[in-house]
Amino acid sequence: MCDTCGCNITHANQHLVKPGGKLSRVEDGREAVTVLKNLLSENDHVAGHNREHFDRHGVLAINLMSSPGSGKTALLEASVELLADKFKIAVIEGDLETENDADRIRARGVPAIQISTGSACHLDAHMVHDALHQLSLDGLDIIFIENVGNLVCPASFDLGQHHNVTLLSTTEGDDKPAKYPVMFRAADLMLLTKADLLAVLDDFDPARAETCLRNLANTAPVITLSAKTGDGLKDWVNWLEQEVSAQRHRIKSGETRRPAIQPDGVQLHAHG
Amino acid sequence: MHEFAVCQDMLQQIESIVAEQQAAAVDIVTVRIGPLSGIEAHLLSQAFPLAAAGTVAEKAELIIETLPIKVKCQLCGAETEAKPNRLVCGQCGDYHTQLLSGDEMLLASLELLKEPQEAIHV
Repeated sequence: MCDTCGCNITHANQHLVKPGGKLSRVEDGREAVTVLKNLLSENDHVAGHNREHFDRHGVLAINLMSSPGSGKTALLEASVELLADKFKIAVIEGDLETENDADRIRARGVPAIQISTGSACHLDAHMVHDALHQLSLDGLDIIFIENVGNLVCPASFDLGQHHNVTLLSTTEGDDKPAKYPVMFRAADLMLLTKADLLAVLDDFDPARAETCLRNLANTAPVITLSAKTGDGLKDWVNWLEQEVSAQRHRIKSGETRRPAIQPDGVQLHAHG
Repeated sequence: MHEFAVCQDMLQQIESIVAEQQAAAVDIVTVRIGPLSGIEAHLLSQAFPLAAAGTVAEKAELIIETLPIKVKCQLCGAETEAKPNRLVCGQCGDYHTQLLSGDEMLLASLELLKEPQEAIHV
């Protein structure tokens, strides 16, 4: 992905070993080193590389997260159809096993790279970095990264994306944001999927799902949609168009965007 | 869970710092974890010895400092403590709050052993 592919672990190590530890001698033969760095700074360093790579190619990177079976791939299938005339798209698929999801996307004529994580329950920046080696970003407008279906672990790993989009399907509880606060706090957009089933489900209240999201101090927009019937997809496409345009603006002014996953606290403390 | 992966990432960082400081081993690793980090302290402490086996931190003690969730209201300005799934202002109840602490996952500090033989005795 890089011009010379120098962004491997050795490079990451070099970045980390910059003198920054305030040294103070505790006793003979011992040293106390203040570090104050994110536990995942190795991951974050590679994520930063991925983000630079996306920005250099003018690509908007979207990380899709949800529980398994909430309709991430179905949404992508419907989205690539709708966006085919406007944008050039690629997809990175994360699953423990199989090429099934990548095959579904490729069947629509869109390049897709499958990451098989084995037993890992989330994607990390290194996996996405490796996947990017297999994918040309030239001319791309949007890259979707479909994370492993899991409402816990993926929220902790920055991949280099610009936005987190979290799906909640109507067949799940409408209180999911209250049960999985770390995941839903990280959402830049919440999609309530499988809206066609609302007619037969009397126990899912979209307003309650939104209240649970607001209780996490999250002001992200909420879109209710159905990839099956197409209801609400227009709002989703509008959001994507806005964000592609915002990304082009950012690139012109040399700026980038980090998703809500970036903890403010870590940044504050890292400087303290 | 992903605590093992977090430990592996942290240990890479620790190995780099130990090499930079030309230390022999790590005696104490102190981390700071907030409830909104997505990391469970007890799972981290279980994963750490497994991930650290065969590394410079093999014999290190892991100290986990947990931090409270605090939010600042953008409306009324109050700073209050909050729960992981209820980050609204404790004073006026508005959800336009900024997180002051509670999502930390920091490698705070290391205590290093400079002499190899000390590492054996500790």
